[in-house]
Amino acid sequence: MMSQGLVTMSYIGASILFILSLGGLSNQETARRGNYYGMVGMVIAILATALSAAVTENYAVLVVALLVGGFIGSQAALRVQMTQMPELVAAMHSLVGMAAVLVGYANFLGESGLTGVEKTIHEVEIYLGILIGAVTFSGSVIAFGKLCEKISGKPMLIPGRHYLNLILLFSAIAFGYVFLNGVDVDERLMALGLMTLVALLFGVHMVMAIGGADMPVVVSMLNSYSGWAAAATGFMLNNDLLIVTGALVGSSGAILSYIMCRAMNRHFLSVIAGGFGSAGGTAAEVVGEVQPIDVTETVQLLRDAKNIMIIPGYGMAVAQAQHTVNEITKLLKSKGKTVRFGIHPVAGRMPGHMNVLLAEAKVPYDIVFEMEEINEEFGDVDVTIVIGANDIVNPSALNDPNSPIAGMPVLECWKGETTIVMKRSMASGYAGVGNPLFVMDNTRMLFGDANAKLQEVLKELQA
Amino acid sequence: MKIGIPKEVHLGEKRVATTPEAADKIIKLGFEVSVESGAGLAADISDEAYKEVGVKIVPNAKTLWAESDIVMKVRAPEVHPELALDETELLHEGATLISFIWPAQNPELLQKLASKNVNVLAMDSVPRMSRAQKLDALSSMANIAGYRAVVEAAQHFGRFFTGQITAAGKIPPAKVLVIGAGVAGLAAIGAAKGMGAIVRASDTRPEVKEQIESMDAEFLTVDYQEEGSGTGGYAKVMSKGYQDAQLAMFAKQAMEVDIIITTALIPGKPAPVLITEAMVETMRDGSVIVDLAAEQGGNCPLTEKDKVVVKHGVTIIGYTNLPSRLANQSSQLYGTNLRHLLTELCPEKNGVININMEDEVLRGATVIKEGKITWPPPPPTLSVGHKPLTEAPAVVVKEEKKTSLLQQLSPMIIGGLLLLALGAVAPITFMEHFTVFVLACFLGYQVIWNVTPSLHTPLMSVTNAISGIIVVGALVQISSTNTIVMALAGISILIASINIGGGFLVTRRMLEMFRK
Repeated sequence: MMSQGLVTMSYIGASILFILSLGGLSNQETARRGNYYGMVGMVIAILATALSAAVTENYAVLVVALLVGGFIGSQAALRVQMTQMPELVAAMHSLVGMAAVLVGYANFLGESGLTGVEKTIHEVEIYLGILIGAVTFSGSVIAFGKLCEKISGKPMLIPGRHYLNLILLFSAIAFGYVFLNGVDVDERLMALGLMTLVALLFGVHMVMAIGGADMPVVVSMLNSYSGWAAAATGFMLNNDLLIVTGALVGSSGAILSYIMCRAMNRHFLSVIAGGFGSAGGTAAEVVGEVQPIDVTETVQLLRDAKNIMIIPGYGMAVAQAQHTVNEITKLLKSKGKTVRFGIHPVAGRMPGHMNVLLAEAKVPYDIVFEMEEINEEFGDVDVTIVIGANDIVNPSALNDPNSPIAGMPVLECWKGETTIVMKRSMASGYAGVGNPLFVMDNTRMLFGDANAKLQEVLKELQA
Repeated sequence: MKIGIPKEVHLGEKRVATTPEAADKIIKLGFEVSVESGAGLAADISDEAYKEVGVKIVPNAKTLWAESDIVMKVRAPEVHPELALDETELLHEGATLISFIWPAQNPELLQKLASKNVNVLAMDSVPRMSRAQKLDALSSMANIAGYRAVVEAAQHFGRFFTGQITAAGKIPPAKVLVIGAGVAGLAAIGAAKGMGAIVRASDTRPEVKEQIESMDAEFLTVDYQEEGSGTGGYAKVMSKGYQDAQLAMFAKQAMEVDIIITTALIPGKPAPVLITEAMVETMRDGSVIVDLAAEQGGNCPLTEKDKVVVKHGVTIIGYTNLPSRLANQSSQLYGTNLRHLLTELCPEKNGVININMEDEVLRGATVIKEGKITWPPPPPTLSVGHKPLTEAPAVVVKEEKKTSLLQQLSPMIIGGLLLLALGAVAPITFMEHFTVFVLACFLGYQVIWNVTPSLHTPLMSVTNAISGIIVVGALVQISSTNTIVMALAGISILIASINIGGGFLVTRRMLEMFRK
């Protein structure tokens, strides 16, 4: 049995290890070590708690639950495809939310022995913890459904949806009042239950109203919520370790959401409010003819080029083309060409999604560049290959103030010599915006499944 | 429609506006083509060669001008020495003239042509954009001038260009300095390099450094910070400080190099003086300067237009008609440029031209339309379909909403008041936790901004694992005597440990994949 002092010291140690863990991710060299710091911190935190005075019996349940949970988690981690990472992350957010709800209920049903203001604050903490947890849970479940396309990616916009949100908010406050001033346990439990339903509904409604292209924001926002849920639980249990960790995760998710919103030039609130805000005026129609090319011409362009840029988008993930891309990259590099990758922050369905896919295909990370690092250099690029991306290479974001994506920073590939755009067909992107890039004089379109076409390109290049 | 190509009348002009190859393709567009007898002789093209592809040979200039609906020339119209008549007089009403015009330098010519109620397309006014490259005669001619400059230099230079080791001893390679790396400069670099010289080049525009280096020449950097790119890919006038630093560099180079080729021109301005008389004095005897800016006063004050002079032992070549000194090649390229222009003018290939003023390329080239002067053209528009995006600046999209100081401060004030209100009622234990919470938020803020964007996905999965810390909250309740509480806590532990196990392992899996 550990004394309270020892437990507290262990918690401090765990907090520091978690901070180091996140700090380690600042670059690839230290990232692995950072992950181990996190694991050690977690082991210390669990051991210290399990050996503290708070845990006196039911060790069997504890150990079995830990082992079973850990086993399920590790199986999921080992089996998940890298293209499914956004789904896995969303699923894990929902679990944190659910755990926060359950811990909140357990805490309410247990005895606190508090009175007066302290009791009220404690109950507010429980209430908020459950509320945030429930929103996180249902929101993440819907996000998960959207990401694995079990639910349509289109935003579901109920008429008067802002009023619905307001009604939900007021009813949550009303139930909170009943909960705090309720006479007996049953009445208060009832209020708590109803509030949980309201919160779940709110989470569902919020994520349903957000379109597929905004998924990176949603995923990072739910990441943030799961942190706040943990922090609220910490307040509820007077546990500083939970508060610190929750705050770390919460601010991490908040910053990611901010970065994603900035990358799309959208206001966080307007993303959360769902759908696209009305920019006023209509976007210019895209006129002109596309110039399709075939695989042979593509290969010819690549052979003649010295400096090649590849811009992957969600289409590459869908077509699972990253391995073929790597083969082509290796081949081109062996012929003495410069091949680089330009990654837009919101390419894919979660922050950093493209980087992970390219890393999986063993593309060396030192030729993978962020938009800000590389956007100036398109003037020197001979051939740019855009694989299954649309909005992130749309020039109307820069020059058409009426475009729905106006002001969003984009990869300015049209400044290069030639751009080859690989697309299934002439459909517009998630934002539903036409793309003038496709009809530019120095753009060529290569239609078809990205992986199949790239395989053909690879074969001809080898020949 | 009938296209006529007269013999050039300018003294020493050897070029001709079409070649049999180009004429053949023009005829396929549906035009009839006539050439004045002997027009191609100076460029080594006989009347017979034209006849073979179906071109009509017209014996004299007067008939040719009178019969033609479209007249294509190299030089701008001037007084015909044999007819003692200005060529503009020969042009009949409603006809179209295509040639170099230089409207900015020749306003009187423009007036004269306008009074004839004709259409005039100036090959020098074709806008500089990617779609118009194939009809950019200025670039074609500059390319030839650059090549010819090296040939002229070699002619007057008393040594080999390439270094050799012979039985009689070692011969060092010639050192060539090319000033200004536009089309002509790059062509000169290529030609000099091809002859085996050591080539150095300088330009005010830093973006051409790579082009120069790609041709295996050395880029001379001026030791002064200023960006020299003007609009449309041309250079701009540099500041005094830059010019001084540049001259100092050239002075040093002048002592070392054998041949200097200067091509520094800024549109519409007298050519900047880059090689002073003092520098010429320091050059070795037998050195050569080719001044491609001689037309506009020259980059060297000792240059004499259209002449070769020897000053201080240095041969200074000031020819302004270098393309004409490679007449066959120039005629081929110029003829091809004209053919591309006709293709643009006659999209239906029916032998009738349509000067479509909506088309940006044709709009730019047209200086007189039906007797009205349409020069200078309006600045390029920002239409979506055809625009030179490489040169158009990004449009400012949204005006920043001005926020008053009160609006900026009000969230802070409200937040501060709320915190004070909370502090007034909350018990001390809560405030302790709250302190920890706020500090942790700030710490998280600092730490997370350092995370590299390429690791954002691992960041999310590791925060997923870490937020499994909620397991601690469940652990402290597992020993409750209340069975429901115990069960809830048990389930929570299970769920949270899925996160812990899954999160850390998947992060590890991902990080293992990131390799150099």
